[in-house]
Amino acid sequence: MDLSVVENILWVGFRSATPLLLASLGEIYAERSGILNLGVEGMMIMGAVSAFITALTTGNPWLGVAVATAVGLLMSLIHGVISIHLRGNQVVSGLALTMFGLGLSSVIGRKYVGYQLPVKARFLPKPLSEGLVKLPLVGKALFDQEPLFYLSIVIAVVLWFVLYRTKVGIVIRSTGENPAAADALGINVYLVRYACTALGGALAGMAGAYLSVAYSPAWIENMTAGRGWIALALTIFALWNPLRAIFGAYLFGVVEAGGYTLQAYGYSQWLLNGVPYLLTVIVLTAGATETMRRRMGAPAALGVPYVRGEK
Amino acid sequence: MASEATAVASEPRETDLLVKMVSIVKRFPGVLANDHVNFELRPGEVHALLGENGAGKTTLMNILYGIYYPDGGEIYVRGRRVEIRSPRDAMSLGIGMVHQHFMLVDRHTVAENIALGYAESLLNPLKEIKERLREFAEKYGLKVDPDAYIWQLSAGEQQRVEIIKALYHGADILILDEPTSVLTPQETRELFKIIKRMRDEGKGIIFITHKLDEVFEVADRVTVMRRGKVVGTLKASETTKEELARMMVGREVLFRLEKERVSRGKPVLEVENLHALNDRGLPAVRGVSFRVHEGEIFGIAGVAGNGQRELAEVVVGLRKATAGRVLIDGVDVTNKSPRFIASRGVAHIPEERLRHGIVPNLSVAENLILKDYYKEPYRRGLLLDHSKVIEDAERLINKFDIVTPSPLTPAKLLSGGNIQRLICARELHKEPRLIVAAHPTYGLDVGATEYIRRILLEQRKRGAAVLLISEDLEEVLQLSDRVGVMFNGEIVGIVRPEEASIEEIGLMMAGARRLAREEMAS
Ligand SMILES: Nc1ncnc2c1ncn2[C@@H]1O[C@H](COP(=O)(O)OP(=O)(O)OP(=O)(O)O)[C@@H](O)[C@H]1O
Ligand SMILES: [Mg+2]
Repeated sequence: MDLSVVENILWVGFRSATPLLLASLGEIYAERSGILNLGVEGMMIMGAVSAFITALTTGNPWLGVAVATAVGLLMSLIHGVISIHLRGNQVVSGLALTMFGLGLSSVIGRKYVGYQLPVKARFLPKPLSEGLVKLPLVGKALFDQEPLFYLSIVIAVVLWFVLYRTKVGIVIRSTGENPAAADALGINVYLVRYACTALGGALAGMAGAYLSVAYSPAWIENMTAGRGWIALALTIFALWNPLRAIFGAYLFGVVEAGGYTLQAYGYSQWLLNGVPYLLTVIVLTAGATETMRRRMGAPAALGVPYVRGEK
Repeated sequence: MASEATAVASEPRETDLLVKMVSIVKRFPGVLANDHVNFELRPGEVHALLGENGAGKTTLMNILYGIYYPDGGEIYVRGRRVEIRSPRDAMSLGIGMVHQHFMLVDRHTVAENIALGYAESLLNPLKEIKERLREFAEKYGLKVDPDAYIWQLSAGEQQRVEIIKALYHGADILILDEPTSVLTPQETRELFKIIKRMRDEGKGIIFITHKLDEVFEVADRVTVMRRGKVVGTLKASETTKEELARMMVGREVLFRLEKERVSRGKPVLEVENLHALNDRGLPAVRGVSFRVHEGEIFGIAGVAGNGQRELAEVVVGLRKATAGRVLIDGVDVTNKSPRFIASRGVAHIPEERLRHGIVPNLSVAENLILKDYYKEPYRRGLLLDHSKVIEDAERLINKFDIVTPSPLTPAKLLSGGNIQRLICARELHKEPRLIVAAHPTYGLDVGATEYIRRILLEQRKRGAAVLLISEDLEEVLQLSDRVGVMFNGEIVGIVRPEEASIEEIGLMMAGARRLAREEMAS
């Protein structure tokens, strides 16, 4: 393996990290507010198919991203109504959303299977500057990317800032830890949860758009290929922190890219596919002690519907 | 003429009342929690609200704070008719509430907990909060470290955070729901100073408590509730402890229990040089030795956090001893499983009854067989004999007077006093050899307190050994045959209540005095 192989693994890895990061950022917000949404995969694939069709018919990839974001948001509201207003089981509702999205996307996309996006309708990697791209190893990975790559990092930093440095962040985190305490101080728990769930859906939709208008600009059935689930693992791996999610996304992305390459050297890709989950289990186990849990465990009210005044 | 004028001045006009609640009705499944309740609060008064467990005090206040919406009745605030549909509405009317169960985010800091409701600046709320906290510390003596995490704070400090939260917004109607049940005597004294200062500023304070002495210490007026109804409202200066107790429970309450002479038998519990760690991994029990005999109540007195809780947990098998031995009837049970220890005849009335005493979502009947479900007669092969479970539950519910809509009601819906009766029923009906009781009357009304104390004395008479841990010094002295005082993980003295003075015990609790081995009562 020479250096150019490693350079390429990093480049591909960073490219495949973007959808993981976007989807996971959204899920971090949803879970921080107390809503577990296992429908990421479904929202992502619906985002992918709607972005593809929009870009193909209008020739505008940004319009594709916008439509995908809206579609993801709308889908997440289904989950919101079920888990916030109807107090349904969030695991069941999320799983249903995933199956619904996978099924519906394949019906909608049937006519488009095998189509490629014309060049003008896709995002292409574009060097930020020729000089920086020449940096050894990471030059290409960091500076030869599509716009959504940079956007996702900006979003991550902004979301981190909001979560940890503003009143809105305190409100969101408190709602996921102890909704009764938030309610008692006049916070509208339902509104906070809807907003965070919607943000989660929007970002999952955007992640899907990235797949079909940038990463592999074509429509292939089930093209998310489990990335929604990896994004869920990443949420836990990042311990619900947007900055750690950046790090985790690139780690997971590189592991995935490395998998394809190492396959050529005779390693089992199936084993490498399991690495993100393995890393997540390791983080979970390390974080299982009492003190660690106090500091960075899952939001205490995650998955629990809130009803004012219920004993 | 002049006397008429004063009479008018002391009876404020309707519009001067801070709060007036008229004919409030609130129903829960199977319970009429508030039955046409009238209540009023004047500016510059501390109004105590008394009543048995389950009388409906918290419900009434939750209605005023917008957590429940009443099924009937009217609320006036400063003379204006209002609809309070959420805590937000209540806050905007200047109402603040300190809840019976703390409403704090454990994993956040003090400043974050306060910022949750009020910070004006969006971006850097914590700076603003810290400044205001300094003001509060000066004005009311409410000192807390804004950067401390809630889970690191003592109950008293958490209480302070709750009070600051309620006051922060400039509330001038303050509801305190049993604020003193988790406080040490010193903390209680501090709280009363704060309450009096707020009253002198013209705020109105509603103060719920079960401790009658506190009513006479801070309250101007008292309203007594029983079974969802108001029994009456009185001036604190014109009533007595006995009268209030009678109004609360509807019968005479004995404040002094007759403790019969019981001759003491063989040792049941022997603790030898016991050591154990607390949750943070630091030594909490450090070389404790004592014995408890048949027919004896051995009390443990001490300020919370001096190892009492860990000691009790080691004895019943919930915490590992790092050194030393625990013997029950001569059998070494050190570090054996809780089930094994229970099977040797050890009953446990734990502190934090909701977390350690019951399974809140299981029914009353299921909670009653929690220690026997795997044995005859409840076990039928792999299944439970459900009708037998219900039959026995009904028997225990009658015997121990547990007020519950049915044996199938989830245990969490019972009032505090009835949850404690449920635990006593489960633990005591099989005539245990040793009873480990931690804060058995915490948060209970006078009637239930009397009941639990009487039960412990009955068990002693029957020949059981009782290890009683309580922060209520009066209770320990009243019930115990001998009292061990714990300080910093050690027993610094063992005395007989009738021989020791309160001052002496106080000094030992503070670590300022310690008895030599020969001086300890045996
Ligand atoms: N959310 C609820 N759901 C069902 N029943 C309830 C609920 N809240 C209270 N109750 C019932 O209403 C009655 C009054 O309860 P409340 O909490 O007001 O009593 P309390 O006077 O505050 O008692 P305590 O001294 O034990 O705090 C009790 O029988 C209680 O079990
Ligand atoms: Mg109450």
